[in-house]
Amino acid sequence: MSPLLQVRDLKVHFPVRTGGIVVGKYAPLKAVDGVSFDLAAGETLGIVGESGCGKSTLGRAVLQLLPATAGSVAWLGTELTALDKDEMRARRRDLQIVFQDPLASLDPRMTAGDIIAEPLRNFHPALSSSERKARVQKMMGEVGLLPGMVNRYPHEFSGGQCQRIGIARAMILRPKLIVCDEPVSALDVSIRAQVINLLMELQRAHGLSMLFISHDLAVVRHISHRVMVLYLGRVMELAPQDLLYAKPLHPYTQALLTAVPVPDPVRERAKPRTVLLGDPPSPLNPPSGCVFRTRCPHATSVCTDVVPPLETAEGGHTVACHHWRKIGGYVMPGS
Amino acid sequence: MSDMAVALPEIEGRSLWQDAWRRLRANRAAVASLVILAVIAIASIVGPELLTWKYDQIDWDHVEAAPPNFAAGHYLGTDSIGRDLLARVLFGGRVSLMVGVLATAVALLIGVTVGTVAGYIGGRTDQLLMRLVDLLYSVPLTFFVIILMVTFGRNFILMFLAIGAVEWLTMARIVRGQTLTLRTREFIEAARAAGGSTPAIILRHIVPNVLGMVIVYVTLTIPQVILLESFLSFLGLGIQEPMTSWGMLINDGAAELEVTPRTLIVPAIFMTVTLFCFNFLGDGLRDALDPKDR
Repeated sequence: MSPLLQVRDLKVHFPVRTGGIVVGKYAPLKAVDGVSFDLAAGETLGIVGESGCGKSTLGRAVLQLLPATAGSVAWLGTELTALDKDEMRARRRDLQIVFQDPLASLDPRMTAGDIIAEPLRNFHPALSSSERKARVQKMMGEVGLLPGMVNRYPHEFSGGQCQRIGIARAMILRPKLIVCDEPVSALDVSIRAQVINLLMELQRAHGLSMLFISHDLAVVRHISHRVMVLYLGRVMELAPQDLLYAKPLHPYTQALLTAVPVPDPVRERAKPRTVLLGDPPSPLNPPSGCVFRTRCPHATSVCTDVVPPLETAEGGHTVACHHWRKIGGYVMPGS
Repeated sequence: MSDMAVALPEIEGRSLWQDAWRRLRANRAAVASLVILAVIAIASIVGPELLTWKYDQIDWDHVEAAPPNFAAGHYLGTDSIGRDLLARVLFGGRVSLMVGVLATAVALLIGVTVGTVAGYIGGRTDQLLMRLVDLLYSVPLTFFVIILMVTFGRNFILMFLAIGAVEWLTMARIVRGQTLTLRTREFIEAARAAGGSTPAIILRHIVPNVLGMVIVYVTLTIPQVILLESFLSFLGLGIQEPMTSWGMLINDGAAELEVTPRTLIVPAIFMTVTLFCFNFLGDGLRDALDPKDR
């Protein structure tokens, strides 16, 4: 099956002023630096990483909400980065996004019905207002909102309901790809599962592809088919969900996964753990070679000199580390 | 489940505007101002038609600023050449309020358009438009008006244009500043992701969200314009006799301050009350629309 979305060596750099008095001196902040992946129809790719590793930037660059500095984003064979504004606008019918902050992503002066109907007004301007309303109310039912709430304003809804409005807005055009940018991290734990299950249901019902961005490893495990681990804007590891969680190959992934607390104090205390020292380095001045080497317990001189390529291990598992064979997969306890 | 839900009646939401209106109604000074302004506006519009004396009609029996005489229909007396003072004040109010409202409307239209476009599109467009604003800011107002009057002759419409052309500059700056903060909000990004074109986003999202700020500024601009008009009339650049405005009436009255202070005090009271009311109303609106209260 040919991939729906093909991202190759995508880079997003932001110029950051570092000095200069009259004429500024700028250095590139490499938010996303050479990310490649494919996404098949109906597939969910989870993207995980620490704060500031470029997860959200990647999602926005795929949708062309942020300009890509280099690389290519091909949607059904069409190069999105080369399209002009109007052509791109026409493509947005298939490409939607759900935002992190449910309330901030809704216009405070519009009713829920108007918000959900907005994509319809953009792409089906000929629709009469009663037809539009009927479709909005049907969509509201699908995402678990009472259709009687069309005339309410965002501030009259709870966080979970606002996120459902955001999902309804993204779904009403029946898009093929939805980028979920941390859709549940602003929500209460009890609401989180409902929203996740809603997204999974909608995905099954409509054969959606999803890019699911999150820093919550458990949520990503639950929803994703494959998972990509980002660190400082680069791919560390990309693997099917079961493989990655059972046997992570990259030392960074191993550290991330062992940091997840186990809800059993005896096992939690006995659990071996890789503790990372320090903070992630500045993306303005990333380390040479492997960007993870400054915090990696296995780093050697080759890590300083050579950028590790993504190597393929068994079962579609890819990893960017010079030493993955030597380190060996860390078998997660209990899996 | 959905059948049941459809059967439920639609719940009317309460918009931020309705919330603001409720808060405004709770503000006594603002409501009183609104009522007084309405009374003055209605009196100015219909009053001159109902009075026995017209604003430019001279009563030869009561010249030389005669005191109030109810029998003759001069409820506030006459001015120095025997025209009914009440009729003149109400007619002057008509002119002053019209200049205030129309010039502010002109300023509003240009200012909001320029401000939202510059703020939302940004980049070179923003630079160009804002430098134009800077440039126009540097032109002295009186000089600008004198040139306009000399080239086009004295004209009522020209006055709106001249004042509006100056007042929109501040409006544009305020709106641009608001737009800049709105532009980075997530719901604007959501609108772009939903496939909205630039004009659609400006009209649907930016304008309604800057409107609260703009309304407050409008209530502060109207009195400013009224003052500006009286200043221009005072210099002889504004309205021409026998037409009048509050500014001109005050100017005439000031000349006879020692003989008949009434001809100064009456229009001055009307004007001051109006300005106060606009300011209180603006104050109340600012409180009612303050987003921190939400």
